[in-house]
Amino acid sequence: MLILECPHCGIRAEETELAPGGEAHLKRFGPGSSDQEFEDYMFARKNPKGVHFERWRHAYGCGKWFIAARCTATLEVFGTYPAQTAAPPQHIIDAVKTRRPGWEGYK
Amino acid sequence: MSTRLSCGGRLIDRRAPRDFSFNGKKMRGFLGDTLASALLANDQMLVGRSFKYHRPRGIVAAGPEEPNALVGLGVGSRFEPNQRVTTTELFQGLTATSQNHWPSLEYDVGVVNNYAARFLPGGFYYKTFIHPRFAWKHVFEPIIRRSAGLGKAPIDRDADRYEQAYDFADVLVIGGGVAGLQAALVAGRSGARVLVLEQTAHWGGRAPVDEAEIGGLTADEWIRNAVEALEGMQNVTLRLRTMGAGVYDHGYVLAEERIADHTPADGRPRKRLWRIRAAKVIAAQGAIERPLSFAGNDVPGVMLAGSVRDFVVNHAVAPGDRTVVVTNNDDAYRTAILLVEAGLSVPVVLDARAAADGELPRRARAMGIRVETGRGIASVKGGKRVTGVAVCAQAGQGAVLETIACDSVAMSGGWSPIVHLWSHCGGKLIWDEVNAHFRPDPDRPPTGQDGQGIVVTAGSASGALTTDAVLRDATNAAGGTDAPEAAVPQEAPVAAIWVMPQGAGPELRAKMWLDYQNDVKVSDVQLAAREGYTSVEHTKRYTTLGMATDQGKLSNINGLAVLSQALSIDIPQVGTTTFRPPYTPVTLGALAGEARDDIFQPLRRTPMHEWHEAHDVEWEPVGLWRRPYCYRRPGETSHQAVMREVSNTRTNVGLLDASTLGKIIVKGPDAGKFLDMLYTGMMSTLPVGKCRYGLMCNEQGFLSDDGVVARIDEETWLCHTTSGGADRIHAWMEDWLQCEWWDWQVFTANVTEQYAQVAVVGPNARKLLEKLGGMDVSKETLPFMQWQDGTLGGFRARVYRISFSGELSYEIAVPANEGRAFWDACVAVGAELGAMPYGTECLHVMRAEKGFIMIGDETDGTVIPQDLNLGWAISKKKADYLGKRGQERAFLASPDRWKLVGLETLDGSVLEDGAYAPAEGLNANGQRNTQGRVTSTYFSPTLGRGIAMGLVLRGPDRMGEVVEFTKLDGSLAKAKIVDQVFYDKEGAKQDV
Ligand SMILES: [Zn+2]
Repeated sequence: MLILECPHCGIRAEETELAPGGEAHLKRFGPGSSDQEFEDYMFARKNPKGVHFERWRHAYGCGKWFIAARCTATLEVFGTYPAQTAAPPQHIIDAVKTRRPGWEGYK
Repeated sequence: MSTRLSCGGRLIDRRAPRDFSFNGKKMRGFLGDTLASALLANDQMLVGRSFKYHRPRGIVAAGPEEPNALVGLGVGSRFEPNQRVTTTELFQGLTATSQNHWPSLEYDVGVVNNYAARFLPGGFYYKTFIHPRFAWKHVFEPIIRRSAGLGKAPIDRDADRYEQAYDFADVLVIGGGVAGLQAALVAGRSGARVLVLEQTAHWGGRAPVDEAEIGGLTADEWIRNAVEALEGMQNVTLRLRTMGAGVYDHGYVLAEERIADHTPADGRPRKRLWRIRAAKVIAAQGAIERPLSFAGNDVPGVMLAGSVRDFVVNHAVAPGDRTVVVTNNDDAYRTAILLVEAGLSVPVVLDARAAADGELPRRARAMGIRVETGRGIASVKGGKRVTGVAVCAQAGQGAVLETIACDSVAMSGGWSPIVHLWSHCGGKLIWDEVNAHFRPDPDRPPTGQDGQGIVVTAGSASGALTTDAVLRDATNAAGGTDAPEAAVPQEAPVAAIWVMPQGAGPELRAKMWLDYQNDVKVSDVQLAAREGYTSVEHTKRYTTLGMATDQGKLSNINGLAVLSQALSIDIPQVGTTTFRPPYTPVTLGALAGEARDDIFQPLRRTPMHEWHEAHDVEWEPVGLWRRPYCYRRPGETSHQAVMREVSNTRTNVGLLDASTLGKIIVKGPDAGKFLDMLYTGMMSTLPVGKCRYGLMCNEQGFLSDDGVVARIDEETWLCHTTSGGADRIHAWMEDWLQCEWWDWQVFTANVTEQYAQVAVVGPNARKLLEKLGGMDVSKETLPFMQWQDGTLGGFRARVYRISFSGELSYEIAVPANEGRAFWDACVAVGAELGAMPYGTECLHVMRAEKGFIMIGDETDGTVIPQDLNLGWAISKKKADYLGKRGQERAFLASPDRWKLVGLETLDGSVLEDGAYAPAEGLNANGQRNTQGRVTSTYFSPTLGRGIAMGLVLRGPDRMGEVVEFTKLDGSLAKAKIVDQVFYDKEGAKQDV
């Protein structure tokens, strides 16, 4: 039962208030994309043991989507930020790098 | 025999006798007894049969680690199977029955399994699963199903109630022994909000039993003072009878409180599930004594040495008159000393170590107790009860040196910290060579949001095994420095003895039990190792070691030690299996809490709900809604009611409560662009005042929802969704708007519950609205597939001319709080027009007669709109919409898809729902190939015959062909492939 802070309303929300949305920062592939691109977009997910970026919706709160950067092995949360971005903000990347110096990036 | 001693018993009240029964036999104990101590006081050592071999089994332990003594408690609606007698408090009138035997506990037929033990080795289940196939189905499974298993599930409805509660703590202390109390004192004095949980009904744990001395006080005195001090702190809460079940992510803890287990039917909830958030968890659960692995270590009368002390000191119950103590450590000498002091006989202490010179062995010798070092038990004599032990050299192969008569055996293989709570959320363990146990590695705790540890252990849960070390560790755990002093005797180290005797042959090893409850022996684990099992997790599943309801509390360490020896690798390399919550079983009632019966789920009611209820409604659950399925008149069956509703709606007029229909407003400068992405069709071009049917797909292209969209104004659309789909579709819209197209200016609002909606359907629909009076509802002013705002009968109404039945139809939305009054008005003015309410089944029959699809009937998550001949609702002009790329995939674009057609049985009968159409040949699994299935099937009163829709391989190309469909009785029904529209193919009736 994770606790994640909603970056929109500031509430430290318990997992029961949240709806999960899977891996964050996926690029959508629509008509015109190759079979491989579409397959990756649709089905290929990272599932890392370690640093992970995932989408959450504050479903029983403000209703807004946000992204959490956390470690799936230790459950440490490096930060949360609004989903309205194509890439993690610099302060989140810095926070991850501070705690996980060998981290190779979110892509 | 086991018996009640004439004096002593710190927990029992001899002035308060308690009558109870075991297998119908009347017995008596005292207030303060556990069922275990009361049974032993009545010389009832035999309490159950083992899972696989049905061997007679007795009480082994005194706490939650007990593997054998599981009983059925209570009767009828309060019956509960698999209750441990060691954790059951005795109360007046308690009824217990033993389990897993037939016909009786004393004479059990299943015990033949015992003599067939060599046919049921480790891995037995796996081997029979695999080959030969018929043997499992026809030979093994029926036998196992009858003979294996624990208690029977209750038959009656549970008469008790259960509840859940929340709590929050800065420091949560789990375990109320001296370690837990000391940690709570330190944390409490710091001002932190402290919650202390103790699973039994008493504070202090085992310290009083072991006659600890703390700060110059007896353990009992120190505990009393500590509890008094804690009760005096406003920031500290103490809870007895509350078991810390599990530690989860970020300091979430579940605990189960037994409120009325010992006071049945007193009006209080039976149990309460606590859902706790703690910043820091101090796990002070103590340690569990390990059995020794010698032949016959499961014969009733063989008990853990510490548990023997528990029964003597706490309940004044002696498990036997003559007790042989067998040990690999000093602690078990406490049992020998205590028994002799209580006037009982200890013929010998068998110490597997070469020497025993610690303070306790010396004290025992000084009392005249015979101590034999380098000795072990070759085998235990007796069947349903210990009658003696054969003594051997620990170093040898089990040659019997002498036989000693006794009626109980107290064994100790050393103590293992209870590491469950530490491990649940990822805390790691290290192997402690000195104490021969796994203990928490303080450097690798389970971590929380900030990456810091969320659990610390205190006392023997950390591996501290003497009172002084326990108190120091507990003080540190809570961040304190001043631990009380404790006087403790000097103890010599434990010897790692995993098999007794060391060179035991196969005969003996096949009688050394590791896991009592699941009947796993030393020989089974060794066999698994020989068969190539090197991982402890695999061995666990192969042999079922540690998989019983006690989760291997006694067997875990011994089992993996035996495995490590068999594999010739070190114990730390073998590692442990994963510890998973709950620590001890939590009853399902507590997990369900109050969520049963009427409040199992929230119920969504439309504004007309009460009217339906008052008019013979038959309900159908639709999501959380209740919708009328039909309204049954006196003497009617449901089917007759539905047929009447269809006929009446097609000839007169019907009223449908359509309030559950999803209604989502989509508004903003980019709303049209957004809806063009969301729907397969074009919504941006829909003129204001008009309606259009739309389909929504997921990104894979599969149909997800459908409904009519109305353009309200330049920037506003109202999207109708299916009744169950409103919340899901609204979330779907928000997901795309917030996470993909966040720069598009669009708002959405789910207004489903803001409007009541009534469908007025049938040839007399217009007349009904005209009688209500108000806005012009003529074809000229309000044609088909258009909408208008106005008033009807004085109600503010938005009227849509849409039809899901093929009839002249108006759907009228009014403010929700006027819904009931509007419905009443429709019913009143409709009376002379033949208006009748109709339900969802009538709606279904009418839509099927018209060949309209229903999400969830014609779709199942693998169907694209093209499969349903809905290509007309897919825009060819759009470059993109959600699902477009998915639908372009080769297998979806193939002509060999199952596609929607109508089906007409040759004999007019109704096809069975979900029936398959078998095709020629067999598939790779030897099953018949299929070429289609029925998706909707009804009796049509309009056509007087069965009608159906189905998905059939290249169906639309096979019009007129006769296809066979399966029936439950094994026969086949012949049906002709026809057009899916059975009624009013031209659509003339709805457009008048
Ligand atoms: Zn929020």
